[in-house]
Amino acid sequence: MIYFELFLAFFIPNIIGYGGGPAIIPLIEAEVVGRYGWMSAQEFAETLALGNALPSPIATKMAGYVGYDVAGIAGALIAVLATVLPSLLLMLGALGLLYRHRHSPRVKRMSQWVRPVIAVMMAWLTWSFFSEGLVGAGLLHTLLIGAASAIALLRFRLHPAFVILAALVYGGLFLG
Amino acid sequence: MSHPAQAPYADLFWAFLRTGLFGFGGGPAMIPLVQQEVVKRHAWLSDEEFVDILAIANMLPGPIATKMPGYIGFRIAGVAGCLIAVIAVVLPMIVTMNALLAIFSHYRDVAWIHGMGQAVVPVVMVMMGQLTMDFWNKSRMALGWGVSLAMAIVAGALIYLVGIHPGAIIGVLLFTALLLRPTHRHEQATP
Repeated sequence: MIYFELFLAFFIPNIIGYGGGPAIIPLIEAEVVGRYGWMSAQEFAETLALGNALPSPIATKMAGYVGYDVAGIAGALIAVLATVLPSLLLMLGALGLLYRHRHSPRVKRMSQWVRPVIAVMMAWLTWSFFSEGLVGAGLLHTLLIGAASAIALLRFRLHPAFVILAALVYGGLFLG
Repeated sequence: MSHPAQAPYADLFWAFLRTGLFGFGGGPAMIPLVQQEVVKRHAWLSDEEFVDILAIANMLPGPIATKMPGYIGFRIAGVAGCLIAVIAVVLPMIVTMNALLAIFSHYRDVAWIHGMGQAVVPVVMVMMGQLTMDFWNKSRMALGWGVSLAMAIVAGALIYLVGIHPGAIIGVLLFTALLLRPTHRHEQATP
């Protein structure tokens, strides 16, 4: 049942992903590429690149795109609802309870304990993009583009949209 | 201001459309924009209320940039307000994304378009590396070097070598964090 799978693929990352949208990306990759195989690593990277170049939250853009790609408008709707609804309902339904416990060490511990796991999944995803780059662009171009974008993003704090755009131009000219 | 009795659906829509369209860099980067609209421009919430709501939103998993608009929309104009706020934030860019990627995959066989797709992979690699360092540093500051590294290694081995679903590992961690009696601040490396 594709709709149910789509629901689960986005419900699970969003109900365990502490740390906002970015934390959810490796969890979504684990479902969409790893578990269900709806996308290749290359397609996931392309989607993520475009997602990072456009404004608005990344988690819902990914859900809306993957959902539509897999099962049309109904699929997009289900994936976006699975992303947005659970935590929003929790917030609306349990605001008082949450408010009373907002300084609780247990609650603080929850997001702290999840972080190392997210970090290791992000590291794994970085590595998988590297090996994908080797297969596609090749070692030389991967290192070149990687180094240039690292300098642009980290040293000069250039906006991701410009870096993605520059990479698109480079790819169109030299990798075609 | 001129019609206090009427629910401000249009204001809500435009306020969150603006946060969605100008919110580059994912959800967490959008918080100041939400504050600008909700506290400064429309005065729907006071600064203190906004900070409290943000703190509560951060206690929950999932994207922050839909929890805030959804909650604020509901508080100001009920279920309809909640829907309007969330749709205004997410819908325009979902449609844009689908349109752009549809064009892209239609011309994927053209050599230079194919090259464009390959060239963005190393950029995404760098961005993911940046996020990795970000989460690692936060983790190191909260839990310390040793505990963070031990947890990362154990979790990595369980996910990628043993093949356990990451949801199961994080789920166990979340439950342990919630249920275990808090004693010392830093302990418990593994689920």
